[in-house]
Amino acid sequence: MAGHTGTMNLTLHVWRQNGSKTAGRFVKYDAKDIPKAASFLEMLDIVNEELIEAGDDPIAFDHDCREGICGMCGIVINGVPHGPRPKTTTCQLHMFELAKDGVDEIYLEPWRAQGFPVLKDLMVDRSSFDRIVAAGGYITIRTGSAPDGNEIPIPKPVADRAMNAAECIGCGACVAACPNASASLFTAAKLGHLALLPQGHAERTQRTQKMVSQMDAEGFGSCTNHGECEKACPKSISIDWIAQMNRDFVTAMVTSRQKVSERQKGS
Amino acid sequence: MQRALTLYNTTIGKKVLMAVSGTVFLGFVVGHLSGNLKAFAGAQAFNEYSAWLHSMPAVLWGTRIVLAGALAVHFSTAYQLWSRNKKATTGGRYHVKKFQESDYAARTMYWSGPILFFFIAFHLIHLTLGGAIWPEGAALLGIEGYAFDKHNPYNNMVNGFRHWPVVVPYVIGVVALGFHLFHGIYSMFQSLGLSHPKYNEYRKDLAIGLSIILVAGFLSLPMAALATAMSDSISWLEPSTQRFFFPELN
Repeated sequence: MAGHTGTMNLTLHVWRQNGSKTAGRFVKYDAKDIPKAASFLEMLDIVNEELIEAGDDPIAFDHDCREGICGMCGIVINGVPHGPRPKTTTCQLHMFELAKDGVDEIYLEPWRAQGFPVLKDLMVDRSSFDRIVAAGGYITIRTGSAPDGNEIPIPKPVADRAMNAAECIGCGACVAACPNASASLFTAAKLGHLALLPQGHAERTQRTQKMVSQMDAEGFGSCTNHGECEKACPKSISIDWIAQMNRDFVTAMVTSRQKVSERQKGS
Repeated sequence: MQRALTLYNTTIGKKVLMAVSGTVFLGFVVGHLSGNLKAFAGAQAFNEYSAWLHSMPAVLWGTRIVLAGALAVHFSTAYQLWSRNKKATTGGRYHVKKFQESDYAARTMYWSGPILFFFIAFHLIHLTLGGAIWPEGAALLGIEGYAFDKHNPYNNMVNGFRHWPVVVPYVIGVVALGFHLFHGIYSMFQSLGLSHPKYNEYRKDLAIGLSIILVAGFLSLPMAALATAMSDSISWLEPSTQRFFFPELN
């Protein structure tokens, strides 16, 4: 654990921007004597304290649980969403990881995508994700209070796969990493975990259509199968889910009865 | 009609159309190569093969129409997705960007595609339309004593492939084809939702294997032509290959 003690000096190039309407720019900060044991966000806290003391505007960044599970944090660190450590959110990245690689200059950028307008500096508005989920990422029946365990038998391998997709914390690193700013991995994960379980299976067809159509409406790009999202994902959600979403979408196109029923209702 | 319209109006639907039209092209290039390798069986065999294809106008024109349709779909969807993705990444260029998984072929699809488009135009002028639309083409490229003859495709090919002004665009086109196919074949599986742990690990192997076979096969023709054209002695060649490249000696 010797590498975890001591301090390090850094040069930060932080993206500063006052909302999506104004142009942003990089501002250089010297971060001196940062403890290697600090997390990346704690490092920013230290820098911000100095900025506040000096009467400057602190750097705005998103965070909440700081335990790697809430999905709030997210900074593109030297060109990689959530930084260089695989399967790790920004808040769970520690400075010794960067010290280990000899990093002393860091570029901090927000998630860059048309679907994620910048709120301030490193904070982006991810309401588009909420709208994708609101479009159909739920089960419409009232499920009541928690049912008895094992009331609906689900084979363990199926439950495990659903859990893999449900691990998505909606941080948006997939969009940030995608060369097309596509939200395919997020949407596919949200569709996938519901599609596999009996409660969610009934509405699988409509849900796929609705969520995909919302995903497009939010102005995200298309998937070109680079695989960057899977690598950037702190929960390593697999792009196999995107293939399943594509398959489900084509199936929905062929089998959906919605158009027919709407026509019948109208006549 | 409603369903087809919806398919075309979504990004996933567009990718499905890209995959399907791309698969049509893949089928074509596989057939195209297997036919062209007949060149190694000699001038007669090659010209007979060509005449056989032309003896079935329905098949010939059916294939051409399907290919033209696939091109229209592939090109228009590619353009639409490109402009959409450009818009989706507005202000989305990172000062520092480190790719972790994406490969060269995937990142250059919008280069290899247009290169292929221009190569196909060149290729058609060289071997299909020839003198009909560009009679002075050969002379302009510095190829003397040659006139396009649609009944002697073997001669058209060998004459072209012995000259760098024809070989260089051909090689660039075929290499672009290889890169485009490598990402395209793998991408086709994902876009059509063909994903299963049983075969997922082989999808990229298949893509690279097919691409290498096709590139090597297509390049073998001009390489052989150049090798023999630059060599004083052809005795080391198989008799059938000698006949192919030096029909005047037989």
